[in-house]
Amino acid sequence: MAAGVATWLPFARAAAVGWLPLAKKIMPKPPVDKKSRNDEILFVNVSGLRFQTWKNTLDRYPDTLLGSSEKEFFYNEDTQEYFFDRDPEMFRHILNFYRTGKLHYPRQECIQAFDEELAFYGIVPDIIGDCCMEEYRDRKKENQERLAEDTEAENATDTPLPPHSTSRERLWRAFENPHTSTMALVFYYVTGFFIAVSVIANVVETVPCRPLKGSKKDLPCGEKYTLAFFCMDTACVLIFTFEYLMRLFAAPSRCKFMRSVMSVIDVVAIMPYYIGLVMPENEDVSGAFVTLRVFRVFRIFKFSRHSQGLRILGYTLKSCASELGFLLFSLTMAIIIFATVMFYAEKGTKGTNFTSIPASFWYTIVTMTTLGYGDMVPNTIAGKIFGSICSLSGVLVIALPVPVIVSNFSRIYHQNQRADKMRAQQKVRLARIRLAKKGTTNAFLHYKEEGGFQDRNSDNALCLKNRSSFEHQHHHLLHCLEKTTSHEFTDELTFSEMCMTESVGYRTSRSTSISSQQGVSTSCCPRRGKRRAIRLANSTVSVSRGSIQELDTLQVHKTSAGPQSRSSLNARTEDLKLNCEDRDFTAAIISIPTPPANTPDESLPPSPAIPGILRNSRSTFFTHETVKISSL
Amino acid sequence: MYDDLELSVVCHRPEGLEQLEAQSNFSKKELKVLYRGFKNECPSGVVNEETFKQIYSQFFPHGDASTYAHYLFNSFDSSQNGSIKFEDFVTALSILLRGTTTEKLQWTFNLYDINRDGYINKEEMTDIVKAIYDMMGRFTYPALKTDTFKQHVDAFFQKMDKNRDGVVTLDEFILSCQEDENIMSSLQLFENVI
Repeated sequence: MAAGVATWLPFARAAAVGWLPLAKKIMPKPPVDKKSRNDEILFVNVSGLRFQTWKNTLDRYPDTLLGSSEKEFFYNEDTQEYFFDRDPEMFRHILNFYRTGKLHYPRQECIQAFDEELAFYGIVPDIIGDCCMEEYRDRKKENQERLAEDTEAENATDTPLPPHSTSRERLWRAFENPHTSTMALVFYYVTGFFIAVSVIANVVETVPCRPLKGSKKDLPCGEKYTLAFFCMDTACVLIFTFEYLMRLFAAPSRCKFMRSVMSVIDVVAIMPYYIGLVMPENEDVSGAFVTLRVFRVFRIFKFSRHSQGLRILGYTLKSCASELGFLLFSLTMAIIIFATVMFYAEKGTKGTNFTSIPASFWYTIVTMTTLGYGDMVPNTIAGKIFGSICSLSGVLVIALPVPVIVSNFSRIYHQNQRADKMRAQQKVRLARIRLAKKGTTNAFLHYKEEGGFQDRNSDNALCLKNRSSFEHQHHHLLHCLEKTTSHEFTDELTFSEMCMTESVGYRTSRSTSISSQQGVSTSCCPRRGKRRAIRLANSTVSVSRGSIQELDTLQVHKTSAGPQSRSSLNARTEDLKLNCEDRDFTAAIISIPTPPANTPDESLPPSPAIPGILRNSRSTFFTHETVKISSL
Repeated sequence: MYDDLELSVVCHRPEGLEQLEAQSNFSKKELKVLYRGFKNECPSGVVNEETFKQIYSQFFPHGDASTYAHYLFNSFDSSQNGSIKFEDFVTALSILLRGTTTEKLQWTFNLYDINRDGYINKEEMTDIVKAIYDMMGRFTYPALKTDTFKQHVDAFFQKMDKNRDGVVTLDEFILSCQEDENIMSSLQLFENVI
């Protein structure tokens, strides 16, 4: 509960008098406050600095050290005060939190010391006021990053391995940090060498060599020295395969390794060779096979394991993807516009190159990027005018975003990191606040489940959990509200379970009074129209509310009978349109649950058991479904 | 925003302790405790409606307590100027916790009579009942239906409206409540709140 709300609780309880004439039932007895309510001044001695405060002030936050009975452990009978052997300067801020309800972060203090004090006094740092929250978060993040750097530097390559590592772990470490052992370093350089060899071989084999004796045509070297190149390729692929398999074996998490980018590149680099081996020497497929050889060039990406810079580039491109995407999108728009315009402008010319709009794409791209090959030129006046507009706007479209991207890149890169972290923290913070809020609501529900409402005699009092007087009184207040309205608090889960069965149940009983059905469903399931919450086709729905005895499980089976048997129903189709509209199931209801004994509320409908089978109006494409009820 | 500035500049101090003790049914000690809590929450000495709604809503996290808090605020705000001073606070608490049953019932009647015309009609009652049910929130057992309020209001009028003229006057209200033992016994429940 928020600050100082405890002081208003008596007032809220007093206001409950306003419910009394409306209540249908008797109010529960209020909790007896055993402790004396006299307010007194407490003395708190923190390392010699004596603080004094009202007891009520500390009681405002019962889930902290000072507000709960935990402080009794620190009570010194001789001096009649609470003694804490902690920092007195920090305690001032802690005590101010109790007094004002806001926790401030003192800027001159060390963030870790502050955190430790908060942890000792049982205060969650999330309640730091907005005035100091940003500063606190920044300092904390800075501190954490510094600590992370330190630990990373510690764990760097030079530390010895833990003594009992398996050979697998050692192997993995050798792969990740080649500087650890000479063997790893040798392997590292060897693979690097072979990558270079493989790439160079790919390049060289297309260079035309001197032709064979007796032939005039220039051959590419690959075809002249087929065997040599084949051997070299085989050697490289063997090395790469060996390396990949070793990495796979050594990886701590094989699935994760297989999904990583580097392993995908490895696989793509060696696959063409194996596919080439397997494929027959067939003219038809060899064309496709040639295409596969293109993938061999991906071996060059294997260098990114050897180069830190390449990895950083890849990462930054990935993080800048949205800006690049925007550039691409605006370029595409411009290209399409201008290509269309140029096509229609040049349409009349005889023998024109602008044969179609896609053909004009090439002209537009070449013009906008100011390349200007000249293989396609406009001939008409209109074409020339639009062509010049195209080239001018090309300069703008390309020249403008690029510097912006470049300058944004460094700003957005850093900002993104910070924004994401803040958002994650915010989400966590809100989630925690929500959890605390739910905690209070759940506290009441748990209290009810534990049977806290029976009149306790001294025996049962021991069984119930120890709760503060504030909680007692607050729960009593909520209980009074329940009795006033004759409805009970539940949580979302049980409510939706119940809603489903009840709304399903009400459809039979109200079949004669159709107009009120829609009213039933609107108030019962107002939110569920948006969700296809229930798919009962081929599923069983089990209702576990204790009070609903007759309806245990519904089993829905699909059969393929036509929809014409719907006419036997006693409900008209459009009236079955609940707010839970998108349900594409049909359900059968056998009986209404009997109202539980303790709520003799006339708002529940009378419960005759009307067997019947209803079909949903939406069963147009779900064919007729029969429903079997397992227990009645 | 400007409003807040005004209120904080205009700081309200309550009358003296003796006067308040004479006017209310609280002892000096109780008044001191009350005032310390009040002053801590509202250093300017007055509570405006927004703050009041926020505070009251904290006790009912399941549902929406703002409508009922609005009606409560109006019943506490004796001078109807949009803010509750400490004297109003003490007066109301004094009635609710230490007053006679007639006073309590009178206060409740004033709460229900939204337009202060001396009669409670069905619309006012429906509004009040709806506001109370709003505090329960959506997830209740048994689930709320659209005619829940109507039935509750009808039951109320059945009991209270003696001459069946469609409105409940103060006398009818007090008489009917005094006939109901449950209400009478419940009225004693909250005496030990402070």
